[in-house]
Amino acid sequence: MKVALFATCLVDTVVPQVAMATARLLERLGHEVVVPPGQACCGQMHVNTGYRREAVPIVANHVRAFAGAEAVVAPSGSCVASIHHQQAMVLRRAGEDGLAAEAESLAERTYELSQFLVDVLGVTDVGAYYPHRVTYHPTCHSLRLLRVGDRPLQLLRAVRGLTLVELPDAESCCGFGGTFAVKNADTSTAMLTDKMANVLSTHAEVCTAGDASCLMHIGGGLSRLRSGTRTVHLAEILASTEDAVTPNQTTKPAVPA
Amino acid sequence: MTGAREEVLGRIRTALGERRPDVAIPRDYRATDDRPAATLLDVLVDRLEDYKASVLRCGPDEVGPTVAAALDTGLGAGWEAASVVVAPGVPAGWRPDGATEDDGRPAVELAAFSATLTGIAVAIAETGTLVLDGGPLSGRRAISLLPDCLVCVVEAAQVVGGVPEALPRLDPNAPLTMVSGPSATSDIELQRVEGVHGPRTLVVVLVG
Amino acid sequence: MTTAPERDLRTDVTPLAPGAPRSGTTFLGLPTAPRGVGHLRGDQSFPEAARTALRDGQLRANLGHATSTIRRKRANVVGEVPDWEQLRQAGKAVKTATMARLDEHLVELERQVTARGGVVHWARDADEANAIVTRLVQATGADEVVKVKSMATQEIGLNEALEDAGITAHETDLAELIVQLGDDKPSHILVPAIHKNRAEIREIFLRTMQGVDPELTDEPRRLAMAARKHLRERFLRARVAISGANFAVAETGTLAVVESEGNGRMCLTLPQTLITVMGIEKLVPTWRDLEVFLQLLPRSSTGERMNPYTSMWTGVTPGDGPQEFHLVLLDNGRTAVLADEVGREALHCIRCSACLNVCPVYERTGGHAYGSVYPGPIGAVLSPQLTGVEDNASLPYASSLCGACYDACPVAIDIPSILVHLRAEHVEAQEKVTPEAAAFRVLAKAMSNPRLWHLTQRVAGLGRFLARGKPTMPAALPPPVSGWTRSRDLPAPPKQTFTQAWAREHGGRR
Repeated sequence: MKVALFATCLVDTVVPQVAMATARLLERLGHEVVVPPGQACCGQMHVNTGYRREAVPIVANHVRAFAGAEAVVAPSGSCVASIHHQQAMVLRRAGEDGLAAEAESLAERTYELSQFLVDVLGVTDVGAYYPHRVTYHPTCHSLRLLRVGDRPLQLLRAVRGLTLVELPDAESCCGFGGTFAVKNADTSTAMLTDKMANVLSTHAEVCTAGDASCLMHIGGGLSRLRSGTRTVHLAEILASTEDAVTPNQTTKPAVPA
Repeated sequence: MTGAREEVLGRIRTALGERRPDVAIPRDYRATDDRPAATLLDVLVDRLEDYKASVLRCGPDEVGPTVAAALDTGLGAGWEAASVVVAPGVPAGWRPDGATEDDGRPAVELAAFSATLTGIAVAIAETGTLVLDGGPLSGRRAISLLPDCLVCVVEAAQVVGGVPEALPRLDPNAPLTMVSGPSATSDIELQRVEGVHGPRTLVVVLVG
Repeated sequence: MTTAPERDLRTDVTPLAPGAPRSGTTFLGLPTAPRGVGHLRGDQSFPEAARTALRDGQLRANLGHATSTIRRKRANVVGEVPDWEQLRQAGKAVKTATMARLDEHLVELERQVTARGGVVHWARDADEANAIVTRLVQATGADEVVKVKSMATQEIGLNEALEDAGITAHETDLAELIVQLGDDKPSHILVPAIHKNRAEIREIFLRTMQGVDPELTDEPRRLAMAARKHLRERFLRARVAISGANFAVAETGTLAVVESEGNGRMCLTLPQTLITVMGIEKLVPTWRDLEVFLQLLPRSSTGERMNPYTSMWTGVTPGDGPQEFHLVLLDNGRTAVLADEVGREALHCIRCSACLNVCPVYERTGGHAYGSVYPGPIGAVLSPQLTGVEDNASLPYASSLCGACYDACPVAIDIPSILVHLRAEHVEAQEKVTPEAAAFRVLAKAMSNPRLWHLTQRVAGLGRFLARGKPTMPAALPPPVSGWTRSRDLPAPPKQTFTQAWAREHGGRR
């Protein structure tokens, strides 16, 4: 299958290793990965902050960039949810009915990584190796807008060497919420504190999730506290293989170059 | 007043505009409960007890003595029949000898009674709910409110499964009270406490 | 598959002129709730009020304990209903149908109530409703009233209006009583004193209840009994009661109050005169519709299969209950909400408070931070619409958009989507270009043009030099980044983006 990878603006700019891991994983599973060069952002941050009119050209660019793709995969539940639930609405409100129909059609072909692996490719054991104690945070948009359910857990359970520990109060939001983290920084931090307390209570080495944004939030808090526990994206764990491990690997994902 | 009425209605018409879609109501939720009648009675008992009501079951011939036993449960032995107020339509066979029939006295005077005996209009098994309808059997609303102990006689034929089966049996114009257990509050730390302003004790006599 | 047209898609958006529509297509000049009366506006923005609340460890403990208790109870009783989702969708549809013909249903309700001996009054806003109720109480000669807990009368500040007229209002719901005796404000729709624990409630009772047992303990049962004793005599002497309504049935004229303690029954049954104040959105078209809501509401609010008492009455019943009944139908901004095709769904709310109990923001800040009698997620969409979004501009942002409220809502109100919609209404109402708007416009330009976007990414990548080779950026950065870096590390940007790396690897420019 030819898969178009939507890196998302945040992953592309700040944590490129997550997109690279997604590409390596899909290639390892025997699929051709293309990275449409015109891609930038899904428009979610603009829409969710109140700039839905300004989001129109961003969404239009996204629809253009991925026109003709057979399947689009993104390592982000939140961006995929925006593509599914917001893009067409934003375009339609701006009177762009034709483009909205294209956005709807594109949304039907756009998948969050765990959904693509389990539902479209039908795999749960992707042949990964990650010998660490890991806890999983179900991000809000993957949980409630995309209903990914236990797909990420199915994938993690099949990872060799991985010890999966349950996160208490897992379904509670980490407090990221896009610009909420800055506009309501105090409330966001209070939510983050409780999320971190739950992560640390598991004594996991690593907290994983399907959204780089939430992980940047949780990871930023854990890093500030020098807790030692780090955040690693689900794609990086699934892309890790025994062959790529080096003697000083620690919890760094062993993604083949 | 007409000014405000016309203005509010005018605002609504302005707000809604011309497009008023007809909305179909999907009613594919459960309309009936197909479980056997005996099961429904068991469910009713379970739900009532879950909310700290006491339930005494008896046959149609044993209502009188069972009501007396219910009053023992609610008031303790040695209660006075005259301190029990009875809805006017309650059959003679259910009443304790010497009980006081509600004579329509000022409602606040009912607070002096220690217990009330009524029938009901409908009982809902799934929610443990008794519906009183203000008729002769249920009595006016105040009698099931002010005395601290309420004894209700429920006949098997009055028991339905769920809420959708109960409403068609009721007259919307009647003053209705749905009672599910004794009065309660969860206002302190969301912890449920039985017994506030309404009767603190509810005893149900289930016939059949 | 056609490609998207290459044309200008309105990158340059000019703000609306002053007095322009708050919603692009439905400007209809409908008045919002007036200022200076009632409790829909706070003194502080949400972030400011939250900052104080978040430092209160007792508040956090009380809320955490209470909301986790009620969440568990709700989950249990909702879980045992196999057709919950069908009921939810039916509830949503009934409310949508109600709103679509609200004028017709109200006229029918008025006709039925009048035919059964009630008197219907219409109030354009809080001031008018307060004046009507005050006049009605004065006409009875009473100088005190007993009240059933009612959001509508809290919203319009009825108690204060009555007090100004020399009429004492006794709140009779236990939590409302705690709030009233403590000279406090409600912080939750269902349990207004949720922010108080048993020890604090005991203190309030000991200090304010005349004749209270000085040995009163903080056991909830003892506290409830103290309230029973305190109110009993007031119920028995009351001549006038004031209530709200959970539902009104248009086709029959039936009003319904859903409660637990029996204080509602006392008020609805014993006094000679009953005055019910009800928002115009609270009705349902048919008697049958109650079969849906009487299943949805108790399980969603107190987490019970059914609440202890539901009272229903139609006009006046000779020989049973109040012989004089007045129904006050309140607008106070509701028609303005109705005019917004997206926002009007907020009027479907049945005030169960399930959204508050599952909200991670509410659980930490409590209800006072919202500044309105309607706190939590539903408050964040309802209050700004009732007052006009500029009078409560921080509320639509008081959410991480986690979506727990939408899942819990028994009538499936898509609260996150309305929040996002109201954020846009706020942004589009600005007459000047704010620094934030300028930044978002520049970013929008960049993100809609791949060449500009790659340039922007390269500039962002330069931020790594601020990190001086460390994995994270310095904590001391200027606003708005400081909002992030005060409490979390920010990773230093990488040397190259993914798309750059991929293009290099695949032998081409990206």
